Amino acid sequence: MRGFGKGRRVREPYRGVASWLEGHTGEALHRKSRQAESMFRRTGITFAVYGAQEASERLIPFDIVPRIISAAEWRKLAAGIEQRVRALNAFMYDIYHRQEILRAGRVPVDLVIQNAAFVPEMMGAEPPRGIYSHIMGIDIVRTGENEFSVLEDNTRTPSGVSYMLENRETMMHMLPDLFRANRVAPVERYPEDLRATLESVAPSNLDREPTIVVLTPGLHNSAYFEHSFLADRMGVELVEGQDLVVTGGQLMMKTTQGLKQVDVVYRRIDDDFLDPLVFNRDSMLGVPGIFDLYRAGRVTIVNAPGTGIADDKSIYSYVPDIIEFYTGRPPILQNVHTYNCRKPDELAYVLEHMAELVVKETHGSGGYGMLVGPASTKAQVEEFRAKVSANPNGYIAQPTLALSTCPTLGDDGLSPRHVDLRPFVLLGDRMRLTPGGLTRVALRKGSLVVNSSQGGGTKDTWVLEE
Amino acid sequence: MLGRTANDLYWMARYMERAENIARLLEVGYRLTLLPQDSGNSEWRATLRSAGCEAGYLARHARIETAEVVNYLLLDKDNASSVLSCLATARRNARAQRTAITRDMWESLNSAFLDFPAHATACIAGGELPQLLDWIRDRSALFRGAMLNTILRNDTFYFTQLGTFLERADNTARILDVKYYVLLPENELAGGGVDTTQLSAILRSVSAHRSFRWVYRDAFKPWHIADFLILNHEMPRSLRSCYVELVNSLAGLAASYGAMPPCAATAEEILRRLQGGDMKRILQSGLHDFLADFIAGNNRLASEIAGAYHFNG
Repeated sequence: MRGFGKGRRVREPYRGVASWLEGHTGEALHRKSRQAESMFRRTGITFAVYGAQEASERLIPFDIVPRIISAAEWRKLAAGIEQRVRALNAFMYDIYHRQEILRAGRVPVDLVIQNAAFVPEMMGAEPPRGIYSHIMGIDIVRTGENEFSVLEDNTRTPSGVSYMLENRETMMHMLPDLFRANRVAPVERYPEDLRATLESVAPSNLDREPTIVVLTPGLHNSAYFEHSFLADRMGVELVEGQDLVVTGGQLMMKTTQGLKQVDVVYRRIDDDFLDPLVFNRDSMLGVPGIFDLYRAGRVTIVNAPGTGIADDKSIYSYVPDIIEFYTGRPPILQNVHTYNCRKPDELAYVLEHMAELVVKETHGSGGYGMLVGPASTKAQVEEFRAKVSANPNGYIAQPTLALSTCPTLGDDGLSPRHVDLRPFVLLGDRMRLTPGGLTRVALRKGSLVVNSSQGGGTKDTWVLEE
Repeated sequence: MLGRTANDLYWMARYMERAENIARLLEVGYRLTLLPQDSGNSEWRATLRSAGCEAGYLARHARIETAEVVNYLLLDKDNASSVLSCLATARRNARAQRTAITRDMWESLNSAFLDFPAHATACIAGGELPQLLDWIRDRSALFRGAMLNTILRNDTFYFTQLGTFLERADNTARILDVKYYVLLPENELAGGGVDTTQLSAILRSVSAHRSFRWVYRDAFKPWHIADFLILNHEMPRSLRSCYVELVNSLAGLAASYGAMPPCAATAEEILRRLQGGDMKRILQSGLHDFLADFIAGNNRLASEIAGAYHFNG
């Protein structure tokens, strides 16, 4: 099957896959595609959809054409990602301590202090190794040959890493020829790396191997599969709030042999629900008293509470400044050009060009609360214009041309679809970055929204070795 | 291991075993209703009673009809013991504990759950109930095989075994209790001749109508069948065999945890009584009372295990 570029030049990293695809008929590819889907269903790689009763467990569509990154491209990306995540962590340390960057006037004070994601209870806390966000996903788009920009930082509880691992598993199972013909960097070390990262930030006074748990909101959470997957691959317990209790100044889990001490909690519940004594009082998901233990250094919470301050969309446009401020160097990876509606001249531009832009709520996530100008009706644009005018501080905007495309299998063969990339970064005693990451693809023609809740799919992501 | 994990593994195994047992009961009931001497619906009533579903069924249906009974025991979502509900509950427990079970176990259970409704509907519509019941047993065997071949021999294994064999013991005892009247010696003494169809049905329900012949060379004798299903140590669904497994699993747990809770002694005591049991004496003092005692003891053991291993935190 053809479809790579339709006469255009095939980019170097894709040569091997392009010739493989040419050797297969569309029907054969669709058959592979159906096999992949049934593999995913059997292994139970599903996500829950809120408010959709009959289809409450859905598959994320998987596209069998891989997304490929060359070794040289990856080297640059990796350097840029490391610089960025270290700067973001330095920023969080600063914000929750002396707030030098605010004193220096590089980031507006009210943007941080009045931000819903800022957690005042974290002021002065000393997380092990000074790290707040140990597990991060940096959303990246290609903007040109060997040119990448950061679309969004995820420093709270990024998800999707299980899809990265299972996509590879499925591809290697179904298309072994492709892997024989291409040198693809493996991704399977991630669970080991995650465990090593979590161990490296355990409370420092332990004289035994730390006990790690993954804390999930439970079976009905949309990412439950991933929570159980990661606990399983690391060989640690998957717990809910009801399985944990604070007693005698320690965090304990309720086991078949009574209570057992826990040292590191990789939590997949939001700050608000973590501890009803400190945050949302009605939370049934968290553990009363866990936050005090954390502040006393008796248990490590990963990621730390309050990391949302680093990935808030209103902070995003300041990240290049943040990088320069803490590293003294210019950013290796640029931001996508962003209009900050809190600045009057940029607001004016956004209101005037709304139909050409992607407009996002600063607190929105998951593809909700955004407007994709060119794909929207006049009425939708007007509705957003009214919202932005009423509350400019709550919005940012970006040009729509930012997402590159990748060949994707559809009903009428291969055609280009927009993609982004989420590499997964771990930060503990050192940085651990899995080659590649999760490629999300907007399966609808012309669509720019890659979120799984909005009709997006995923692809296996290859970093070629030299 | 979390107490909640142990609880989920235990119920996962119980519900998979129950799904298989419901299929076995249906198979026998269906067979007996095909025979000329079936007096209407008494066989279905006995089947419902063995499954513990009689009251639930009668609350929903005025009359006992084959199609209704089959649907109630296989596909009724409101019947917690229907095969559909059993598979759904087992899968829910398994899904909550994906970390504790192996991929093979999950896949066999998950595909049984996903395939069952459509397969069952098609088989029933096509008049292929026996094939469907075989399919359910196959799936249950696949799950157990996957478990035995892949699971670590640690507490995960022991809690799963406990669920399986408590359920199986309960089931074998219930089948016997519902049919105990055909197993009484008076039945033969009363002169009516033994109802061999009934006897063979009991054996079929535990896949033992052929193995029985290898153990007891003579024709079906009611007390031999009772002996086979209660006291025989070779018969894998006998009460005694179930208790050998339960005692072994509890001993395994005690060894790996380094502590022996009272429930282990309870199981050993029940096993000792079965090992030293004498069928003649049991029949003389009343089979029904013996079985009622056994079922109560089995339930007591289940709650002692749940308490000892903090199933509820």
